Amino acid sequence: MDERDLAADAAARAEELARAAYGRLLAILAASGGDIELAEDCLADAFAEALESWPTSGVPRNPAAWLLTVARNRRQDIARSAAARRSDRLDDVAPGAAGDALSVLEDIDPDAIPDRRLALLFVCAHPAIDPAVRTPLMLQTVLGFEAVDIARAFAVPATTMAQRLVRAKRRIRDARIPFVVPERDQMPARLAPVLEAIYGAYAIDFPVVAGAQGRDDLALEAYHLAATVAELLPDDAEALGLAALISLSLARRPVGGASQEFVPLEEQDTSRWDAELIARGERYLERARALGSIGRFQLEAAIQSVHCARATTGVIDWRALQTLYAALLSVAPTLGARVAHAAAVARVDGAAAGLRLLELDGSESLRRFQPAWAARAHLFEEAGRLADAAVAYDRAISLTTDATSRRYLERRRAQLQNV
Amino acid sequence: MRYALLIHYPQSPAVAPSPEAMNEGKAAFHAYANALNEAGVLRLAEILSTVDNATSISMKNGTLQVQDGPFADTKEAFAGIFIIDVPDLDAALAWAEKCPAARWGTIEVRPAGVRYVDGGWTNAT
Repeated sequence: MDERDLAADAAARAEELARAAYGRLLAILAASGGDIELAEDCLADAFAEALESWPTSGVPRNPAAWLLTVARNRRQDIARSAAARRSDRLDDVAPGAAGDALSVLEDIDPDAIPDRRLALLFVCAHPAIDPAVRTPLMLQTVLGFEAVDIARAFAVPATTMAQRLVRAKRRIRDARIPFVVPERDQMPARLAPVLEAIYGAYAIDFPVVAGAQGRDDLALEAYHLAATVAELLPDDAEALGLAALISLSLARRPVGGASQEFVPLEEQDTSRWDAELIARGERYLERARALGSIGRFQLEAAIQSVHCARATTGVIDWRALQTLYAALLSVAPTLGARVAHAAAVARVDGAAAGLRLLELDGSESLRRFQPAWAARAHLFEEAGRLADAAVAYDRAISLTTDATSRRYLERRRAQLQNV
Repeated sequence: MRYALLIHYPQSPAVAPSPEAMNEGKAAFHAYANALNEAGVLRLAEILSTVDNATSISMKNGTLQVQDGPFADTKEAFAGIFIIDVPDLDAALAWAEKCPAARWGTIEVRPAGVRYVDGGWTNAT
């Protein structure tokens, strides 16, 4: 291998590692002292040093351990040069692995490096952290995404996002939010915001400016986070349920250049769905089911699974959907679930039954909820109440800011006879 | 019905966006205006120069008072206006929610009152 190849190889290795081990290394570095910013700086220095020295000295046998050691040394240097009176305790070193000597770490299996990512996730979604910054914080610290890319995905200016992230990290450090995995009795309460933040990244309602690209990026990132949590908490039904939900939904996203036309889920060409992602989602769901506890994400995943089954059975089991949505409504009553439940009921018991469930009850949020009006319009049309359908279509159209959805509704409205 | 989306956000030099952030903001507003236009609801869009370029005048006290600066010195200052024509307040709110500046400021939604067209005032509805 000549020098150029070596350099390219080292660069490629460092980048590969950056992706695979970033969150693990950062979680370890940040856990002692609680200073995420400092940990990021030290880790960045370590990666820079790797790019400089690996091309000549070769890629070390255990690159992750090498990076961890260099980053720790860097932090020690900073602590010393800051004339810190107290000695740096380096309490992230596992007992028994005393000392930071390269020779010791060289022998360590990379998998033996403790995995503190779960604690880091709980820090990111700590109740004291602004919910709006939790997901960006997870993406940056656990997956190593750049603030610029996160900002693009969330459609906020890069500087705004960078400021929010820095503020949150300082808060974590100054308020001493502990880097610990909650005890069993606190786990459900603390895990909920972690899963919520990941789900939020997947289900985010995008402003018109972000476009389809930002949406797809963020959904993929949410998938990686969900898969990470499912790997770290293999016995939590909701963690598995969320991973299943995101896999199954992601499988149906149009690949490469989203179509300009809105196609309702039940009319989509199933041959375009990602069979590998569906299989992965079904495996997560199977494991969640086996744990015998029902939760919101597992139910939503089961609903997605019913839709995905059309790829093999050719039909949609509306009765199953009706049951699942009814269960979902009792666990997590949202407007979206209410509308979807009504649509499923309409398939089983007729349009009138669906419409009854969507009657305006004086709730302002239902009156402003675009999907409710789109569903009412379809059901009125099905029931032959064309004048009511026209009114509902007009209202749905006026509430639609997304151009593809609006074109779809306008086409349906135009096809209404004689109204 | 015409509604004004009155955009307010902090404009002091201390929070001036970087050139990149400025470009992102411009791109976002461009996409937003295009979306309103495509929906056929946009009537007017003006984003103003920053509030430090404002001059305010008044003759409330009988003589002309010229003040260097805005009418009201607030943390979030008036920054621009979109006039949209939509069926009702819910539709106006749906669009206001998508305004890029809602992410760094506040959008006040106000129904129009009367409007001067071709030599006379008419109800704006």
